[in-house]
Amino acid sequence: MMQNYSVSDLKKMAASIRTKSVEMVYAAKSGHPGGSLSLADILSVLYFKELNIDPLKPNDPDRDRVVLSKGHASPGFYATLSLRGYFPESLLSGFRKLNSKLEGHVHRGVPGVEASTGSLGQGFGIGVGMALAARLDGKSYRTYVILGDGEIEEGSVWESLMSGYKYKLSNLTAIIDRNRVQQTGNTDDIMPLHDLPAALRSFGWNTIEIDGHNIPEIIEAIHAAKGYNDGPTVIVANTVKGKGVSYMENNPKYHGSPPKDENEFRQALEEIAGGL
Amino acid sequence: MAAESLRDAYGEQLVEVGGKYKDLIVMDCDTSTSTKTVLFSRKYPERFFEMGIAEQSMVATAAGLSLSGKKVFASTFAIFLTRAYEQMRQSICYNNLDVKLVVSHAGLTVGEDGATHQIIEDVGIMSGLPNMKVIVPVDSIETRSVINFLAEKTTTPYYVRLSREKFPVVNEPDYEFIPGKATTLKDGSDITIIANGAMVGLSLEAAKGLKDKGIDARVVNMSSMKPIDREAILKAARETGKIVTAEEHSIYNGLGSRVSEVTSEEYPVHVRRVGMKDTFGKSGKAWDLFDYFHMGVNDIIKETEGCFREERKYENIS
Repeated sequence: MMQNYSVSDLKKMAASIRTKSVEMVYAAKSGHPGGSLSLADILSVLYFKELNIDPLKPNDPDRDRVVLSKGHASPGFYATLSLRGYFPESLLSGFRKLNSKLEGHVHRGVPGVEASTGSLGQGFGIGVGMALAARLDGKSYRTYVILGDGEIEEGSVWESLMSGYKYKLSNLTAIIDRNRVQQTGNTDDIMPLHDLPAALRSFGWNTIEIDGHNIPEIIEAIHAAKGYNDGPTVIVANTVKGKGVSYMENNPKYHGSPPKDENEFRQALEEIAGGL
Repeated sequence: MAAESLRDAYGEQLVEVGGKYKDLIVMDCDTSTSTKTVLFSRKYPERFFEMGIAEQSMVATAAGLSLSGKKVFASTFAIFLTRAYEQMRQSICYNNLDVKLVVSHAGLTVGEDGATHQIIEDVGIMSGLPNMKVIVPVDSIETRSVINFLAEKTTTPYYVRLSREKFPVVNEPDYEFIPGKATTLKDGSDITIIANGAMVGLSLEAAKGLKDKGIDARVVNMSSMKPIDREAILKAARETGKIVTAEEHSIYNGLGSRVSEVTSEEYPVHVRRVGMKDTFGKSGKAWDLFDYFHMGVNDIIKETEGCFREERKYENIS
């Protein structure tokens, strides 16, 4: 069941994802806002336009699969799943708290979550396995793996790039949230990725580079991936870490910290609402 | 006792269960001719995935296959699988998936390949993982039975530790593996030797030597390391009062540790441990290494006699 939101609807949905992400980390007094905000537009396009999913049938064998390999973007991901109807939005307030299913990092006990993730690099291999299984079972569902660009520093990511190419997994799309900031600094300083699209291309992947905040570009890239039959596709989505909240943008501090006080919290919500 | 290959038994049994279960997948990391998964790959090439020298990728991909309804047997050498420890922890065990990690070339008996390839801490590492069960088969018969059991009756993670060397066949042909159930291979009333893997055959030989010295030793095969057979341990403690453990593994986080935990919690008795004592292995002929590291038949006998000496010492004190 696909939904067909307009570009302006998708922008509004992305803003809702951002708002809820900030609310969740502020309520939890911990969590990862930066990588949730950079990813919001991509999540909006996937869940409100492109994915073949039905929140009422989260275990439908033919559903498209999404593995959030950057499992720390749980605020954005949980917010998206609740907005799409997988579970009531009231549950979001339990994020990171005892007796809530909404673990700090993405947890499979939550409807709509395909795999528990949080240790970087592993979700990519899981996605490869899901794509292999689809082929074995003759099923047409697609598998999407969402990675961070800091995550690319994990060697296992490159192992999965090799296996995805080897098995010509045209039913697999990797999306890299290229926000250029990781926990303690800029990716260029921590561990430069040099010419990332060229590296990915050299591993045999159909490589598409886009502006990850431009809704039509995201849609077009996902369509191109669906139409490419000779192997797997990777979308390098250039984004801004903390997108939509000025003091969070490009600031490593907000990789893993909530707004520090009521003023910062209010400012974040106002700026997200004002960005529409 | 005739010796037979456990990994041959594994490879052959995989082909057998692969014929019955069409959702059974096998993976390997460029070791298939040694782990014997090659037999499955020839018979069912469409269900075999050669992942290259990339253990982390194999384990994570196994998780994805299992999340999509497959039962996966993933194999490589024991030492190399530990590289993917965190994938086993997060992707397999935390998600509690139907993935069987069956490794060969564990322990000292890799022999000439030497210390870099002789893993002696894997049982402890794997036993620490919630949801993971750990099996150390003793012979080809038990290996076949374990593989059948895993294919037919389980949907959760298992670690199965196999060897490069052939091990003596100690089970009857109709033996059936039950998790958490040890088997008494030789009864005895003076002391119990609890062993697994390669050390079971050596312990049976030691029991013969002990008989000549007037000591009637029971020998128990504790292949199921997790869950462990607490009842068999406590029975040994109550009935024989003394226990020696023997494992092709570090004594710090393996069978000796587990047996000591169980006895100290419920029925404290003297336990002595034969195994690797915080040291790496060494190149050499597989079976010579046991003597080198004080784990041979004579060493088991010595530890057993030591228990009786300790007993006399305590008697003198009282």
